Formats: sequence, structure tokens, C-alpha cells
Amino acid sequence: MARINAILLALVLLSALAAVSTNHRARKLVTEYEREQQRMRALEVEWGQLQLEQSTWATHARIEQIAREKLGMHAPKAGQVISAAP
Amino acid sequence: MKMTRSPLLDERLPAWRAHFVMGLLLLGSLALVGRSLYLQSINKDFLIGKGESRYERVIEMPATRGRILDRHGDVLAMSTPVKSIWAIPEDAKLTPAQERALAGLLDMDTRELSRKLAGERDFVFLKRQIAPDVAERVADLKLPGLHFQNEYRRYYPTGEVTSHMLGFTGAEDVGQEGIELAMNNQLAGKPGSRRVIKDRRGQIVEDVESIHVPQEGKDTVLALDAKLQFLAYSQLKQVLEERKAKAGGIVIIDAKNGEVLALANLPTYNPNNRTHLSGAQLRNRAFTDTFEPGSTFKPFTIALALEKGNVRFDTPINTSPGKLTIGPATISDAHPHGILTVAQVIQKSSNVGAAKMALAMPSEDMWKMFDSLGFGQPLKMGFPGEAGGRLRPWKHWRPIEQATMAYGHGISVTLIQLARAYQAFARDGDVLPLSLSRVEVEPALGARVFSAQTAREVRTMLEMVVQPGGTAPKAQVPGYRAAGKTGTAHKLEGGRYANKYVASFVGFAPASDPRLIVAVMIDEPSVGSYYGGDVAAPVFSTVMAGALRTLGIAPDDTLKPLLMANVPSVPPAKEEM
Repeated sequence: MARINAILLALVLLSALAAVSTNHRARKLVTEYEREQQRMRALEVEWGQLQLEQSTWATHARIEQIAREKLGMHAPKAGQVISAAP
Repeated sequence: MKMTRSPLLDERLPAWRAHFVMGLLLLGSLALVGRSLYLQSINKDFLIGKGESRYERVIEMPATRGRILDRHGDVLAMSTPVKSIWAIPEDAKLTPAQERALAGLLDMDTRELSRKLAGERDFVFLKRQIAPDVAERVADLKLPGLHFQNEYRRYYPTGEVTSHMLGFTGAEDVGQEGIELAMNNQLAGKPGSRRVIKDRRGQIVEDVESIHVPQEGKDTVLALDAKLQFLAYSQLKQVLEERKAKAGGIVIIDAKNGEVLALANLPTYNPNNRTHLSGAQLRNRAFTDTFEPGSTFKPFTIALALEKGNVRFDTPINTSPGKLTIGPATISDAHPHGILTVAQVIQKSSNVGAAKMALAMPSEDMWKMFDSLGFGQPLKMGFPGEAGGRLRPWKHWRPIEQATMAYGHGISVTLIQLARAYQAFARDGDVLPLSLSRVEVEPALGARVFSAQTAREVRTMLEMVVQPGGTAPKAQVPGYRAAGKTGTAHKLEGGRYANKYVASFVGFAPASDPRLIVAVMIDEPSVGSYYGGDVAAPVFSTVMAGALRTLGIAPDDTLKPLLMANVPSVPPAKEEM
């Protein structure tokens, strides 16, 4: 009788310890998950800012100015356009 | 064994004393049971709440406002998180060195900063909407009494080019004008919140529940083509500067599906910096301002006359002597033309010719046509402040009114209404509802106004307008067959026609299979000519040429030397007013 009790006691202790450690691990994972989520949000914000920056650089007014002034380009005159039949 | 007896023990105690003690003990335990009952059941929620508040936190989950994209996915408007810095002046006791450092980071005047911090108020915004990295550097200074608040700021990369179309949002990121207001429900996100457990170090260790799931704002894809928009805007701006005009508007519509590809107005404003705004800058003229369209209205009158079978393409109309008296009023042409065919009435833009054709028709029919073209009522596109224009009920028309309406006076329209109505000619007689957002499924047929036969005939007449001998050779588009109509209208001021003009041109190309409709309106051109054929037609030509090339639409005309207004052999006709 006493032996069975001792074994049961040991099992209870073991399972209690396992519960504690599992809970701890779960919390650690949640923390990690939250940190990654935060990183995701930060990256999203950065992506948004990069998108804005890109569209600011790619403003048509700026492209036209560079094409005309820096690269000396101009729109083709009507006679310069050759259209290929499909 | 002999025992001495104590007399004290012999004394009998009264029974009530034992009962009294027992009673006290009982009362005590009852009080305990009562207390525990109170704590466990009656006061339970309060205590649990108190306990949870020691380790549970409710976190706000912000939602971003949706982006506005053009038809190709280019960003036109976007929200990005920023920080606002506020301070409690009583707590923020800064050394002069700290103040200088802070002012430097915030790009502020040091004196202004110290004035703000010296104020009597309990709360003062030092600077709103600063970039997050700047806010971080400020936070690194670890100054006392400074606090940060998360906010969103909306940016418009295309700036003043798209400002009237997009509108803007207010401080709380709520739409106030344009698309931002019209589609606010779709764009706006709903912030949410959730309950979590945090540990001693402030890290989240358990997700308890989400209270409100945040809803991110949905992106809106417009029909707008940023390239065409810039083209239209820059050409309009150029002509306004050249002609020193007061205002102007331009609209590009896809004739195939009713999409609004570009819409620009001047004067305009920069939506990213709205510190000095005037009403004139804010006005979205294409939608909210009505004007008397003038001769751009003649094709409708003539189409109706063709439709009714009153006249044919080549029926001669006697416009001699260039005057027509109706009751007390007289309609006149600037140049007497003698006998013109119906087609030439359009080509030379004769008021008398148009008025004569109108007077041969019942006023009810004219009203019905104007109504089915969408005049006299707002287009109901959901755009804020849409105007309907003035179209009086036909029962009250006097003959002189019917005659002037034939050439676009005594009636008022918005530029977008006019552009939409020209669908009737650019398409085979039907008009589609316009769409601000991208149309995914090609619409079949719109509301029919004219028969296909009539629409094609008017299209041919409108082609003659841009040819030599018409009022707008400057509207020619090299490589394409263009068609359109000029308008030059006196402006109404206080009920009288003043010596101020609105020059306009509405047209479409390629005429063999019209794809784009461009409508241009220039308000009060004051340098050089004020005729629609001289002011508005060249804008139409450059914008149409650029737009057709951008969209890769095949030329439908052989190249011929561009015939300009000053070719001596055929003098261009002058617009009537």
C-alpha cells in the first residue's frame, strides 16, 4: 500500500512540474510571437514609407523634368512614330 | 489520600455564562461565514476585476486607413503612422541645453519652444505628426514631462495634380473632400482592442481574448490613370498661365466604359500642406461649377433634328442675313454665312442655323433629350457637392429661350456632365453612367438617346469642325481622326451677359472608333484670343495626342501636314457667341 502511494505521489509531483514548465514555455512562445508581430507591424510601416518614397520619386512631373532636361528627350513628332501591324 | 477541598470549586456557576460564551463563538463564526459569502459571491466580480487589473491589460489595436490607388496600382494617397509630442509644462523643466537639443530635433525655433513650455496650460502639443524616427531620437533624450501619441498622417505623393479628385482627410484621418469623403466608409478602418496578460517586464505572456477585431481600411482602386492625369493637369496649367485665365477644368473619359481617367481643375492646392487654403483653390470646378456651355451644345440640337427626320445631313438652312428676331430679342451670327447645310451649321457654328432648327421642334422633345443626356440634375456619382445645372421645365420655355438653348445659352451644365453627354456621339447614340472606380466588366449598352445612324452622322459633322474651314483646326491630333466642338460663351454676371468668356472644347478620338472623350473649359482667358477654337482646342489636341499614345491606340489616319489656323487658302470659321 505504502509503495503504491509513494509511486502515485511521485507521478503527481512529476505532472505538476511538467504543467509548470509547459506553461512557462507557452508564455515564452507567446512573447516571441508578440515580438515577431511587432516586427511585422514595424516592417509594414517601413514598407508603406518606402512605397510613399517610391511614388514621390516616380512623380510624373519629376520624370518628365529629368527626361527633358537631363537626358534631352522629347515626345516623338507624329512623323517619327512607326506603328507595326499586329 | 486526604484532599483539601477548595471552597471556590464548590461554588456553582450560573449556566448562562457558558451559554453566553458559546453564543459569542457562534456569532463569530457566523460573521466569518457571512463575510466569506459576501466576498465569494456578492462582491466576486469586483474582486476578480481588481485582481485581473493587476496583470491584465487591454491593448488598442490601431487600423490603418486604406490606400487610394490609380488604375495601375500607383499609390495616390496613403496613411502612415506618425507621432505627436505633447508636454505637461509643469513637469517639463528643461535646461537651456536640453531645450536647444529638442528644438533642433523638432526643427522648431528655440524661443517658440520655451514659450510653449512656459505657458499656463496643463497640456500643450509641441509638435504634431512627426516622423517616427525623429520621435525615437526625441525619446532617447529622456526628457521629463514629454509624452508621445500615435497618430496617422495621410500623404499624397502626386500632390496638387490629383488634389481635387482625391480630396483630403482631417486631423482624425476622416475624409473631408473628394474621394476621401465619397468613399470614407470603405477607406476608414475600425480600430480594435484585445485583452492580454503582461509580466513584470511588460512583455505579453498570454493572449486572453480579443474584444474587437480591428478592421483595416480597404484600398480603393480608382479609374484614374496617373499618367493621363499629369498630362491633363500640366497642359491645363500651361494654357492658364499663357492666357492669364482665371480658372479651368479638364476631364478625360473612356468612351468604352464610362471611366473617368483624369479630372483636373485649376487653381488647385497641395493636399500635403493645407495651411493657406482659399475657397477658389478648393472648388472642384468640373463637378460643382456650372457654366453656360455655348456652342458645344449645338450638336445635341442638330442630332435631335436629324433624329426627328426634320432635316438631313445636307439640308440647306438659310442663315441669311445672320440675324433672327424672335419677339423682342435678336439672335445673331458674328459673320453672316448665307445658306449653310446642316453639317456646315456645326462646322461654322452658326447660332441662327441652330436656333431655326430648334424652333421647328416641340420644346418637350428638346427637354426630354437634354434630360436623358443627364443635364439639369446631378450625375449622382457619390462625389460631394455635385451640381446639377439649370434646365427649366419645358412648359415654361418661351420661344426665345428654346432658340438660345439650341446653342447653349439659358441653360447651365458642369464640365463632367458635358463630357458625359458627348458619349452619345462617341458611342453609337447611348450614354453610360460615369464611374470613378475602375470598371472590371465592360458594360453592354447605356441609355439610348439617339439612333446609331444619327450619332454617326453627327460624328462626321464634328470631324469637319477640326478640319480646314471649321472652327477648331487647332484641335487636330496628328495621326488620328479627331472630332469635337468648340464653345465660346459670354459669362453671366448678375443676370446680364458680361464681356467675359468661357472658352471650351469637347471632343473625342479616334473618330473611326472613339475611345477617349476630352472636355476642356477655360474660364476668362484674358491674353490674346478668347475663342474656344484658339484657347481650348490646342489643349484638347496635345492632351488627346499624349493620351492616345500612352494608351497605345492605333492611329486611324494617314499623316498629313498639320493644317493650322493661319493657312491662307481656307480661313477658319470664327465661333459665334
